[in-house]
Amino acid sequence: MSYVRDVGALARKDLLLELRARDTLPAMLLFVAVTFVVFHFALPGTPSRLETSGLLWIAILFTALLGLGRAFVPEREQRTMDALVLAPCDRSAIWLAKSIATLAFLAAAEVVALPLYALFFHSITSTTVAAVLLADLGICGVGTFLGAMAVATRARDLLLPLLFLPLAIPIVVGAVGATVGEPVVSSPGRYLAFLALYDLLFAVICWASFEYVVAE
Amino acid sequence: MLTAHRLGKRYGERRVLRGIDLALPRGGFLVVTGPNGSGKTTLLRICAGLTQPTEGTIERTAVRAQVGYLGHEPLVYRELTALENLELYGRLYRVAERRERTGMLLERFGLWDVRHDRVASYSRGMTQRLALCRVLLHEPELLVLDEPYSALDEAGAELLDVQLAELRGERTFVLTTHDPARVESLASGALALAT
Repeated sequence: MSYVRDVGALARKDLLLELRARDTLPAMLLFVAVTFVVFHFALPGTPSRLETSGLLWIAILFTALLGLGRAFVPEREQRTMDALVLAPCDRSAIWLAKSIATLAFLAAAEVVALPLYALFFHSITSTTVAAVLLADLGICGVGTFLGAMAVATRARDLLLPLLFLPLAIPIVVGAVGATVGEPVVSSPGRYLAFLALYDLLFAVICWASFEYVVAE
Repeated sequence: MLTAHRLGKRYGERRVLRGIDLALPRGGFLVVTGPNGSGKTTLLRICAGLTQPTEGTIERTAVRAQVGYLGHEPLVYRELTALENLELYGRLYRVAERRERTGMLLERFGLWDVRHDRVASYSRGMTQRLALCRVLLHEPELLVLDEPYSALDEAGAELLDVQLAELRGERTFVLTTHDPARVESLASGALALAT
């Protein structure tokens, strides 16, 4: 139970920091909205669902990158990671709490993004919503883990996308497959299962190895 | 409490510490002095367990939860209030009777009236007082304090003097300062580092 309480306290801290500083969420909202507007005018005629599914996931992925890049900024600027790693709590609680906070920001951005997508391009199906939820888990879990690695380096702004985007390729494959649906893809459910498996696998890896990421 | 043998640290080609031997018993009070760049902060980070030495060995009887570390930065969140910062750390450090302890420290360090203000609105000295509250919050066995007097005004420095004197003998201290005369009466040992 103390683990859950630690995660809750750390996630609450991250949400409170964002509520007060407003560094991340407005940028994510603006980015995702502008991206769809630009795509809307950049694509002539009525693009197919296949094409726009790719656009949706590009927008989500890069919006997430904005949030992930900011995730450890308070810890870096105020050096608070030193105090956090000395605490007797399990260090994976820091990763889990950060992932939850980033997930909340990404979900908030998607609350704007999905209706905009429906407005400009195609309707949103329940499979798409399920794919978004599953992909968000993977994006935030893996991205937060890599964000913690990148923040300790001087080339952090460059390193995070370089590390994250290759690892996000399976997410894009699964998410686009589930979003496109029939008749292009015979069984979107298999893509959702693939996303769930990715989430589970990487959640275990990140949870078990975060300790070594924050240790010198 | 703290034993180091031939301790050294390199960052790539640059050697910042070499051949440090330490034997600090429980209740000891070690004052580390030296010019800028002599490796004081690195040594303190090694003592706190935040940095690993590249040469030699260090043994610490205090586990990480029993270490109180004050670095150059106050290690508090600027967008949170003093109370929120101490509540967070109190929870993570498993402080019993967290509210009472937090209240007592905030009052002792003269921050009670501004406890609901964000740290971003504090002066450097007030932030340093809050950092000291954070360090003392969980009653650590080993206190590793890097320039604890920095940014404190005379009243704040006197508060810290009293606090250190109260805990002297009960806790183990490793402290750096550019004003060793201030803690001369408390020190049980001294280590002068050279560049």
